[in-house]
Order: sequence, then C-alpha cells, then structure tokens
Amino acid sequence: MSLLASESEILAPLASGWFLEHAWLIPVVPAIAFALIILIGKRLPMKGSELGVLSMISSLVLAAGAGYQWIQRTNSATEEQFVEPVIRSWSWWRSGGFDFGIGQHIDGLSILVLIVVAFISTLVQIYSLEYLRGDRRYTHFFAALTLFSGGMLAMVLADNMMLFLLGWEIMGLCSFMLIGHWWEEDANSRAALKAFFTVRTGDVGLLVGISMLYFSANDWTQEHLGVSGFSIRGISAWALSGAPNSTVITIAAVALFIACIGKSGQFPLHTWLPDAMAGPTPVSSLLHSSTMVVAGVYLVARLYPVFFVGLDILGSGGNLIVVIGGITIVISAALAFVQNDIKRVLAYSTVSQLGYMMLGLGAGAWLPAVFHIFTHAFFKACLFLGAGSISHSASHHSFDMKRDMGGLRKVMPITFTTWIISTLALCGVFPFSGFFSKDEIIDNVGHNGYNLFMIIGLIGAFMTAAYMTRATYLTFFGEPRGASAGHADHGDTNDTHNSHDANASHDAHDVEQSHGPHESGLLITIPLIILSVLALSSGFLNATPFGESWERMKLWVEPRSVEVVEETHLGGPGESLIINLPSAEEVHSKSVCGSAQPETGICYAPQLNHAPFKWLKAMMSMAIVFLGIAISWILSTLLFTKRAPRLVGLTQRVKILGFGHKLLVNKYYLDVLYEKVIVRSIAYPVARAAYWFNQNILDGILHAIANSTRKISGWVYKNVDQLIVDGTVNNSATLTKSLGTAAQPTQSGKVSQYAALLFSAAAVAALVLVIINT
Amino acid sequence: MFVNQFLFLGAILFCIGVYGVVARKNAVLMLMSIEIILNSVNINLLTFALRNSSTDGHVFALYIIAVAAAEVGVGLGLVLLVYRNKKTISIDDLSEMRG
Amino acid sequence: MIAQNIGFWIIAIVMIGAALRVVTTNNVVHAALWLVVVLAGAAAQYILLAAEFVAVTQVLVYIGAVMVLFLFGTMLTRARIGAESDLNNSYKKLGIPVGLVMLVAMGLALTDSFGDEKLPESAKVVSTQEISDQIFGPYLLPFWALSFVLLAAVVGAIVLARKD
Repeated sequence: MSLLASESEILAPLASGWFLEHAWLIPVVPAIAFALIILIGKRLPMKGSELGVLSMISSLVLAAGAGYQWIQRTNSATEEQFVEPVIRSWSWWRSGGFDFGIGQHIDGLSILVLIVVAFISTLVQIYSLEYLRGDRRYTHFFAALTLFSGGMLAMVLADNMMLFLLGWEIMGLCSFMLIGHWWEEDANSRAALKAFFTVRTGDVGLLVGISMLYFSANDWTQEHLGVSGFSIRGISAWALSGAPNSTVITIAAVALFIACIGKSGQFPLHTWLPDAMAGPTPVSSLLHSSTMVVAGVYLVARLYPVFFVGLDILGSGGNLIVVIGGITIVISAALAFVQNDIKRVLAYSTVSQLGYMMLGLGAGAWLPAVFHIFTHAFFKACLFLGAGSISHSASHHSFDMKRDMGGLRKVMPITFTTWIISTLALCGVFPFSGFFSKDEIIDNVGHNGYNLFMIIGLIGAFMTAAYMTRATYLTFFGEPRGASAGHADHGDTNDTHNSHDANASHDAHDVEQSHGPHESGLLITIPLIILSVLALSSGFLNATPFGESWERMKLWVEPRSVEVVEETHLGGPGESLIINLPSAEEVHSKSVCGSAQPETGICYAPQLNHAPFKWLKAMMSMAIVFLGIAISWILSTLLFTKRAPRLVGLTQRVKILGFGHKLLVNKYYLDVLYEKVIVRSIAYPVARAAYWFNQNILDGILHAIANSTRKISGWVYKNVDQLIVDGTVNNSATLTKSLGTAAQPTQSGKVSQYAALLFSAAAVAALVLVIINT
Repeated sequence: MFVNQFLFLGAILFCIGVYGVVARKNAVLMLMSIEIILNSVNINLLTFALRNSSTDGHVFALYIIAVAAAEVGVGLGLVLLVYRNKKTISIDDLSEMRG
Repeated sequence: MIAQNIGFWIIAIVMIGAALRVVTTNNVVHAALWLVVVLAGAAAQYILLAAEFVAVTQVLVYIGAVMVLFLFGTMLTRARIGAESDLNNSYKKLGIPVGLVMLVAMGLALTDSFGDEKLPESAKVVSTQEISDQIFGPYLLPFWALSFVLLAAVVGAIVLARKD
C-alpha cells in the first residue's frame, strides 16, 4: 500500500510529515504507560497518576502535530482532488491463510476523533488528580483510565476491522472496570455488569458484521487493491464499487448497526448508560459522555459507505439508523425530565445527543454528525465535570438535585458560569458550539427529504432546552437544600440519597475540608474553564452561517467523493500504484460516486450534499429552543420555589399525566422487560425443558420413580406455588436457584455419566446429520 | 489401497475408545482410552493428508501427539493427587462436583 | 501394493484386537501393554500412509515417554499387579450402544462420501524438511500456542504432583 510515493509524482503533491507517518505512536504511548502504572505505579511519588497524565499529554501533542500536518495536507490538495489517507500497515499475525494486519488509517475523521479523545482524556486525568485523591484504588483507576485511552485511540486509527474490534473490546473492558470502580457497593457492581452485558449483546453484531464483510469483500479487495477484506479502506471501496450483493451488504450493515446501538446507547439498548453513572464522575465524563459512547457513531461514520449502500441512505424516506436515532432522541429526552439525579439527567441527555448523531448519519448529514461528536465532547464533558465539582465541594457527594442542591450560583461562580455556557451549547443557542452542529444536523436531515425526522429533531431540541433548564434551576437557583445548605449530617453518607460517589475514602479526606459548600480547587476548575471556552468557541470551526470560508471542517474532515482510478501493476509487494483522476464532469454525472461503472475507478466516499444555510430556519429553531427554556423556567419556578398549588402533585391528580409520569419513572418498563420477561421467558423454558428431560428420560432409567415424584412436587411447590403467590419473583437469584434445582440430578458428579451423556448426544446428533444428508 | 480402509480403522478405534471412556472406572484406564481416541484421529488426519497430497495433516498430527503428551502428564498428575488424598482412583468415588 | 494391503489388514486386525483388550481386560498392567501394541500398530499405519516423521515421533513420544508415564502412574497408585474385578462401572451397558451408534453413523457417512475411492498409488514419502517448512511457516502461531500448552502442562504437572 505505498500509494503516496507514486501519487505525489503524478498529481499535485500532498504534504505529509513525521507526525502523520508516525500517528501509530499515539495509542502506543498510553499502552506503555498502562503497563508501567500496573508494574511500578504504586511505588512512584504520585502513585502512578503522573505516568497517566504524562502519557496523555504526549498523546495529545502527537495528535495535535498530526492534526496540523493533516490540515497542511488538505490545503496542499486541489479542490477536486481526493485527499489520500495516510495508511501504513504491517502484518500482525497470520494463520491458515488469514492475514491479520495492524496499522493506521489517518484521515480527517480519525484525526478529529484522536484529538478529541486525547484532549478530553488529558483534562479528565488532571481533574481526577484532585477528585479521586485518597481513593483506595487510586493507582488502578489511573491504569484503567490510561488503558481506556490507549484502546480508544487504537480503535480510532485502526486501518482494519480486527484492530478496530480489539480497541472496541478494550474500551468495553475498561468501561466495566471503571463503572465498578467502587464495587463494594452492590449497585455499582450491578451497574458494571449490566453495562458489560448489554454492550456485549450488541457486540455480537460487530463480530457478525466483520466476518460477513470479510468473506464477501476479500476477493474484491485482494484483486483491486491488494489488501485484505478487513481493511477499512478496502471495505469502503468495495461497498461503493457496485460489486456487493445488496442483501449481504444490508445484513452486514444491520449487524454492525446493532453493535452501534449497544455501544452508543441507542434505543432499545440504552438502558445501561444511565446506570453506568454509578462510576466515578470523571469516568462518566470521559467514557460515558464524550468518548467511548461515540464509538458506535464513529463506526457508522468510519464505514459509512457500507451503511450508505446497505441501508440505502438518501434513497428512501426512512431507514433503520434514522428511525432508531429519532426514537432515541425523543424517548431519552422525555426520561430526563423525571430524574432527580443530576448525572442521570446528563446521561439521558447524552443518549439523546447520540441519537442526533445517528439521525444525522442515517440521513446523509455525515459532516454535521461528525462535527457534533466534536462539539458534544467538549460541552458534555464540561457538564459532567461540573456535576462532579458540585458533588465534590458543595453537596457532599450527593447527586440528588432535589434534596441536596439549589442556590449554588453564588457559592460556586466558576462552576456556575461554565455550566451555563455548556448548557447553552447543549441547547444549541447561537453562537455556542452546539448550534453549529445540532442545527446543521436538523437542517440537513430536512434537506435530504426526511421531513418527519426533522420535526422529531426540533421536538428534541425543545425538550433538550426544557430539561436542561429544569436541571439548571434545581441546581443553581432557588433555595439551598440539604447538603448544599450546610445542614447535611456530615460523616453519615447514608443520609444522602443516590450517593454513588460516597465511600469511606471520601469521608477521610472530607474531614480536612471546611464544611459547607464552596468553590472547587484549581485542578478541578481549570479543566472546567478550558472545556467551557471550547464549548463556546469550537463551533466556529465549521460556522456555516458565515459562508464558505468558515467551513473549515468541511475542507479538513469530509472526504471528497472523487473517483480515483487505480491500476495495479502485476508485480511484487514493492510495486506502486498509479492513480489518475477523472475529469470534473465525470464526477458530477453520478449521484453516488463509483457505483455506476465499477470497472473504471475506485471510490472511497459517497457523494453527499449540504443544505444551504438559511437564517430564517435557524431563527425558527432558536425560537423553539428559547420557548423551551422559557416554559421550563416558569414551570420550574412555580413548581420548585413557589410551590404553586395547582402544579404540585398534578401527576397524582390527573390520571393520564400520572400514567405518563409513572411510565417515565419506570423507564418505559424496558428494564422490567429485559430482566423479568425476556431473561425469564428464555431461562424458564430451558429450566423446564432440562427438568422434563431429566425427569422423564434419565431418571426413568436411572432412578426410582418415587424419587422423581418427590422432586416434582418439590419443584412445583418451589416454582409454581411461588409464582402464583407472588406473580413476579423479583430477583435473578431465585431464578438461578430454581434453574439449579431443576438441573441438579443431571449433575451427579460422576464423570462417567457425563461422558456417557456427552457421547450419546454426539452419537445421536451425528446419526441424525448423516441420515439427513444421505 | 482404499481411502475407506484407513478411515474405517480410525472409526472403529474411535468407537472402542469411546466405549472405554464410558465404561472404565479406573482413571488410568480412562486416560488410556483417550489415547486410543487421539490415535484414531491421527490416522484420519494422515489419510487425508495422503489423499490430498498436502502436509497440513502431518503438522496437525504432530501437534496432537504433543498435546496428548501434555494431557497425559497433567492427567496422571491429577490421578496421583487424587490417589494421595482419597486412596482410590475409582472415578465413581469422585463425585464431589455433584450439584 | 498387494504387500502393503496385506500389511494393512494384518496390522489393522491386530490393532483392533489389542484396542478391545485395552478396554476390556481386568488387569491394569496388561491394559498398558496392549496399548503399546495399539500405538505401535498406529505407527506402522503412519508409515503405510507415507508419514515417516510422524511415525518416528509416535514411537518416541508415545511408546517411549507416554507409556512409561502410564506404567509409573499405575505403579504409584498401587494398582494390584494382577486381575481386578471392579475396573468397570455401571455405565458399561450404556457404552456398548453408544459406541455402536457412533460406528453406524460414521460408517454410513464414510461409505457415502468416499465409497471406493483409492489413495494415490505412487505416494511420495513426506520428508521432515517439508513438515518443518510447514510448522515454521504458515503454522508458526499454533506452534507457539502449543509451546505454551506444553509449558503450562509441565508447570501444572509439577504443581499437582508435588507433596506439600
């Protein structure tokens, strides 16, 4: 894959540089730091945290250097020229004809996400220095955080799907470890398990998708590009070549999207994300709002050609991604209204914003969606760190807005200011960064013909403004309540509701502090200030309202959908490729680049169009946002401060509102559906079938009938009776127990019996197979 | 020579080995039956290697021999440990794993 | 070819008989000795299948090392040198039908797929060099994995058998 050398001889030379060529160092640094922290971290003066922070700073420097050189590279290309990504790959391991590579694929998208991840990781690690001081697993926390950054960075610059999968799974593991950081509390370890298993459900889709793409794309990519079917570049070209079978690519796209649903917390697998807030606040800020959860969005953006062709984006009025994204926006925004825990409000807000990104990608608004990853990372990380700052210094580690917050704007001016800036950015108020990305998404969704979803996007914007105003009001305005008023019973954290962060080590260092709410220290406020400045200004990197010259992201990040003619020479691996460009007319004559004539050239990106910016539309959505803020403010004032008798207790008096409220409080009963209905409906028949098999077939031969009768009655008593008495046996322990009881007699402990059963099953299965096949 | 004569030899040895695993009570004898099963698999691998004139089968046969050696080493270590603790190596007496 | 065929049938019958004795005899030491016959027969079959190196390895590893291990195992567990009455368990009767069903299944599949297909007549003996090229070429990764398995087995066997 030495495309660069030959290309530069024929065309306008594309600038390259050391940072671009050595971008693979970016994840290597944190990986080494992780090993060092684990090995010698505890013996270092700062218990290993300095290694983590230093590695993140060096990753950030490397990523920034690469970003600078990438900008030079795009500037050196002509307007119509395809900016070749900087790809380097090595063979990682090969076995039985499969060649698994390792390498980097650096283009605008990966550079953008690399910088975001390295930047937020650096700030969060600095913030954690103060936030977790004195924690009993301080070193391990930094080790896991550093490993996470390494995994995410490796995933972002992966040049093939195997490396991508590796990074993806490392992130999943770190997410599990960090959510369960304080695993002594049962709720935390349950949340960690829930996150792990829910995401895992989706990950099956990733494996299926990768293997499907490999087996269907490998021949084509080997022939045309000389790369394996794992290569992201190869898959993209293959998807747009017109060669793939439409059913195969559709199923592969759906399978991959299932993985994205799990990872990015989309409906219906979003339930893990709010529970993941059980982890320390820096973790919520880094993993569960700004970086890890956008991995699913990144996957869609990365393999966009697969989704573009497979799900027929732009070709029809709706597709899976748009529908899931649209549903997610509205239902999670609705859930945010009934939360009292400030971090849960932010979690549902994250889910909703991820829905916007998915909606944008599904509707062909690639650039706005990717830009939203960028801006969202800053303001959401800032909001989470702000919430952490409040709980750290003001509300005595409680996150409950109704009990322990209120009126904090006076005592925490810096946190308050940064919070307000980020909230306005999240609501999409001009000129904050959210406006330039979110409004673009909504605008482009409508422009591409998804009118219904544009309306959903506007409704989502209204709801976002409203629930953020409610949260802001409860936290910073009104009367101080609970801990923030200074009358929390210090030393007794059981008093505080939902105190996820409460643990013994925190109490230990609280003693030194002055009691009562106060502003947090510099290590906490400086990251907040940096992030809020970015939340304010990062939108100007792609400020569509100000004309073409402001759309820098479009120039730097969006791949130009130019058809590239590549001719491979027959020759050794050192042989280079010749690239020619078709004339401009040829390009514009095709709607989707490359798909019309697969034999002429190779195309790496689909042709997308951008909605022209109109102030009128922007004004309309601004009006909606301000309406949301105003309504919510008035209601909040009436409800929480003035306690207007007509509003308080409304949900108890009006039946339909009460029903809606109950539905929201119970999270649409999705958890109930998953844990009680689905798990039980699968596990119970299995238990019953195993039991039936045992009772009727094995015991009939091996044991006396009397024995089995006793057990039947015992089982009936245990299960049916219990079931009738209280219809919902409400924990999985009972389930496991009954499963175990039912399967007990097969577990005689006799190896010979196991062997006999195993072999007879195998023999019967083999016989059936043989008879069917002959 | 027919392909099938070797494959049938492998199949018969395999079934004898399976019978041994199921029927034997003595742990050492069970391990011996497993060795018979492994050898029948090796015969199959080498037959197919000859039939397809490739060397892959040889490689795997060697790997299986190596794994079998490791398995016997660990297996007999386990048997010794069991004998030391229980003064018997009868499989039927080892049912602590009963649920 | 005739000579090889005769050789095959003689060795095959001896192997099957010996294997049956391994799983039926009432004497542990006898069983071990019958197993030697089966393993040696297998080595002879490998030579017929043009696999010299595997045959030599079979003799060295199995008959040389594994059998010694078995005899040591028998000795250290103080099995009686002589017939024992209770070497079989109560699943003996289940074992026979299971084995037969498997044999029927495999027999059907084999006759169906290979019928009277013949092995290539002039088979070239596979040289050790070719095998090593394969092992240290495309199959290097499994080879590494195998090395770890052996290492783990050595450590595990020591840990298990050590007295403390």
